[in-house]
This record gives sequence, structure tokens and C-alpha cells, in this order.
Amino acid sequence: MSNAAVRKIKPSTASLNRFGPGTQAVFHCVLGLFALLCIVPFIFVIIISFTSEESIRQIGYSFRPLSWSVQAYTYTFQLGDQLWRSYFNSFLITVVGTFLSVLICFLYAYPLFRRDYGHRQFFNFLSFFTMIFGGGLVPTFVICKSVLGLSDNYAALIVPMLFSPFNVIIMRTFFQTSVPMELIEASTIDGSGEYGTLFRIVFPIVTPGIATIALLVSLGYWNEWFLSLLYVNKNMDIIPLQYLLMRMQRNADFLAKNSSMLGADAAKAAAQMPSQTLKMALVVFIVVPIACAYPFFQRYVVAGLTVGSVKG
Amino acid sequence: MSETLIRSRKAGKKSAVRKKNFWLDTMVLPGTIWLLLIRYLPMFGIVLAFKNYKAQRPNTFWNNILKSDWVGLKNFEFLKSPDTAVMIRNTLGYNILWILLGLVIAVAFAVMMSELTARFMAKTYQTLMFFPYFLSWVVASYFVLAFLDPTSGMIPALQKASGGQASNFYHETQWWPLILTLCSMWKNIGYSSVLYLAAITGIDTTQYEAAAVDGATKWQQVWHVTLPNIRAMIVILLIMNVGKIFNADFGLFYNVPQNSGSLYPVTQVVDTYVYRAYANTHNIGMSSAAGFLQSLVGLICIVAANAVVRKIDADSSLF
Repeated sequence: MSNAAVRKIKPSTASLNRFGPGTQAVFHCVLGLFALLCIVPFIFVIIISFTSEESIRQIGYSFRPLSWSVQAYTYTFQLGDQLWRSYFNSFLITVVGTFLSVLICFLYAYPLFRRDYGHRQFFNFLSFFTMIFGGGLVPTFVICKSVLGLSDNYAALIVPMLFSPFNVIIMRTFFQTSVPMELIEASTIDGSGEYGTLFRIVFPIVTPGIATIALLVSLGYWNEWFLSLLYVNKNMDIIPLQYLLMRMQRNADFLAKNSSMLGADAAKAAAQMPSQTLKMALVVFIVVPIACAYPFFQRYVVAGLTVGSVKG
Repeated sequence: MSETLIRSRKAGKKSAVRKKNFWLDTMVLPGTIWLLLIRYLPMFGIVLAFKNYKAQRPNTFWNNILKSDWVGLKNFEFLKSPDTAVMIRNTLGYNILWILLGLVIAVAFAVMMSELTARFMAKTYQTLMFFPYFLSWVVASYFVLAFLDPTSGMIPALQKASGGQASNFYHETQWWPLILTLCSMWKNIGYSSVLYLAAITGIDTTQYEAAAVDGATKWQQVWHVTLPNIRAMIVILLIMNVGKIFNADFGLFYNVPQNSGSLYPVTQVVDTYVYRAYANTHNIGMSSAAGFLQSLVGLICIVAANAVVRKIDADSSLF
């Protein structure tokens, strides 16, 4: 929506029935100020990541540092494995999780859209009820960990977020608004099986809906740190970048300690570490993929969220 | 048509229906397995709230649950402690404030954006405002740290540079209601104003033209055309938020204040309380009890909220 919807306002009456230039200017000021506020922290963090440690010692973090430096970034290359491993983990978890999650939600939502499906109401309720009631954090955690074995493995970082009733509702709404029942009846009469109909006829029609879900889910996985906080105890090889960053908040040399280097080298690396700018550089690493993809996916996500909010 | 033929056709239809249902059943199967294991199985874990969970022999989870002693409501005794009152006050207080503040600001921004003649600028504002919504609270906590870090953060550094005493923000409670409010608005306003903007752009423009012909000023049009048209949506989102009033954004309250103990009086909310009760003391019984109460109160709130929405506009109700 939004961008498309914004365009929909007819320009014909614009000049006649609009706020005057003074009021418009006030609107621009208010909106512009807030919009600026929304990205300034990110710009600030970019600046800090390129600031020299010397400048930080003298005047602290500043929008106009005394001197610049790329030390934080060069250090990430020396530091090696823990950082890049975490970066890789973030991508891995996001890609695998998104693929599986979208597949499961897609398969779950389709029968719920079929009015001729006999068990529709039951499965609708099964999914919906979990939106309003749950076992709570601790029973869920204990059971996932000790009964299902979700502990210190990739599954623990993927499985708990595989399914989302909210995404099922969004997906189902996409089916309802874009797939005519006659089409499915026609393809059934033509002898197509249920899976054939779903993947050959329905799938191409709802690709925008799938893109929306895929983006929401991948953002969820990319930004995930809570699962690591719960389920990762010792195996730091599997943690994503978000969790690495979180651990570094209170424990700046966490990264150096966990990188496999020889003892003496590790101590040296930790001593040389530009700890403050390095953290900010990692923040930049996390945000840059989002910021790059953002202009393209914004449209889809807005579409999905508006659909979901209307009914859900 | 002979009777047998009809009967066989009926039977054929029945088996076709059964076949169709079977294939559709296989589609919901993966999701169903997930729901049963990750959502429904833990609901049985709620009995933990009424047990004194101890390792038994053999030390398997179900055996431990079965053989641990029932303790009635002993795990709920945390409700009497003063910490509980503080955490409930924080959860409700922040939620009520942010629901109202978020509503007013988001609607105001949506109206402003819809009224701008420079469409390109309106789109740019929207894009920028929506950006924080896509960032995690871990990332946001570093943004806050850049400004507040006691040694080199911008604000303490400026305080020092101007000869004053640098504030140690992560130990001074008085700032945090404001900081948390700013953070919450920063992250969520873009999203909710986009929702309202979608509703506003759906309004039939002839209503504005008619109002203009009748001599209504632009402000009167906002008041008498725009707001009445999005009233249903405002009410529904408002009530749905009230339904979630006992849930707090864990990341905001845990990461942004850096899990700082001295800030607990103003940052402890139900979700962080439950987590810390488990993580710090491993008190499974008590943290399960607290989580169960939260789920229960949440269920009651959302059912009540939904009943109210249903009265106002049956189509918008959740169930």
C-alpha cells in the first residue's frame, strides 16, 4: 500500500482544497524533524565506527570527531572467526528459517482459505488459540529444552519461530482477496490434484503475499537474539550476530575471548582491540543489509501489515 | 436414473470429499505438529506453577513433573512482595501512557502526511519513519548507548565539556521513564502512522469536495471528515492494545537499559520479571506461576477487548 495509496489522492482538487502554504510548512517541519530523528542514531553510529579511538578518548562520541579511522573495520578482519562465523550464522538461520517457515505457513493457510475443507474450523481454531493463550515463557522453555532437545543447536534458533498464526492470517487474507474459488474448482474438474492446484495454479497468483510473509519472517530471524539468550549455553559457534552484539554490551572482550586464536595472540588482540568503535562497526554490519534491502521490501511489508491489522 | 446409480454417485462424491480433505489435511500437518509440540505441549507445563519441581529418579522431565510434590498456591506467594507491585505498576503505567501517546501522535502524523501537497516528501517521511521498526532492540540499545554511555556517550561528554558533572544514566532512575518512552515512540510511531495513513487514503475524496463546497475549512474537514472515517479503526486498535496491556516488549526493557540492576524500579515489567526470576534464581515454580498469571490475565483482557470490539463493529472483531 502506502506509496501506491499515497499516489491515489487525486491531484485535480489539490490546489483548491488544501492547507495553506504556512500550515504545510509547519507539517513539513514536524514530520521532517521526526523522520530525521528516526535515522540520526544510525548515522551517528556510522560516524562513531569511523572515529579514531584517540578522538573518543578526548571528546567522547561526537558527530564531528577530531580524527577519523578505519581501525575498527580492519580489526574485524584480523579478528577472524567468531565474528564472521556469527555473521554467517545470521545468514544461515535467516535463509533456512525463512524458507521452512514460509513453506509451513503457506501450506497451513491454504486449506484454511478453502471453504469446502471439512476440518477448516478446527485447524483455524488450533492456530488462533495460541495467539491469545500460551504456556508462558518458562514451561515453553523447559519443554523445548529438555523434551524436544532444543539446546545449543541450530534447531533451537530456528524451530521456535517456524510458525506464526499471525502470518497464517495474513497469508489466508491474501488467498481470499486474490484467488477466486472458481479457479480451484475448474482446475479440480480438469483433474489436477490438490498439490498440483496449489503449486501450479494458486502459487503464481499469491507470490506478492508470499514475498510479504517471507520478508516479515526473514526480518524476524535476522533480528532474533532472544532464542539465543534462552537456548544457547556454551556452544558459541552457532550464535548469530545479534546475540554476539548483545553479549558485547556488558562484556566488550567477549569477541576476542571466543575467537580461536593462540593464547598469547588472543591476549594481544584483546589488548589492541578498539572496543568502542568495534561495537559500533558491528552494529553497522547488522543494519546495512536491512538498510540496503529496505527500499525494496518496504512496500511489501506495509502491504502485509495493513492486511494483518485489518483482520488479525 | 436408477436408484443404484444415484447411490453410487453419492458414494463417489463422498469418497471424493474424503480424498480432498485428506490431501488438505496433509498440508496443515507440518504446522499442526509444530503447534502441538511448541505451543500446546507447554500448556501442560503450567502444572509446574503448582508444583515444587525437583529432580527425581530417573531424572527425566515428565517423571520429575509427575513425582514432584503439589504445593498448591505456594508458588504464587511472590504476589505479596513489594517488587511485584512495582513491576505491575510499570507494566500498566508504560502501556497506558504509550497507547494514548502513540495513538495521538500516529493519527496526527498520518493526517499531516495525507494533507501534504508535496507527495514525494510525504513518501520520504514515511520511509524514514518506518525504518526503526525493522531494527532489533539490541541494535537500538547501541543507538541509546551512543548518546548515554557514561564514559564517552555524547550527552555525558557534552556535560563534561561544559564543565558540569556527567550523569551516569545507567544508574539514575529518574531519566528512564522519558528515555523508554522516546525509544518506544521512535520505534513504533512509523508503523502505526502507516496503518492510519492507509485508512485515510481509503476515504472517498468526494466527501472532502462536498465539505469544501459547503464552506468547511481544511481543519473542519479533518475534524468532520477524516477523523469520523477512521474512528472505527482507532477504536479497534485501541481496544486491541488494551487487550495486550499485560504484555511488555521484553527487548526494550531488557536491552535498552543494559539490564542494569539499579534501574529495575523503573524498568522491571512482567516479561522481564518472569525471565529474571528464572534466569537468576532458577525458580521454575515461581516463574511458571508468574507466567501463568500473565497468560491468564492476558486471555481475559483480550477476550473482553474483543467482546467490546464486536459490539462496535462485528466485522473487525478478532473472533
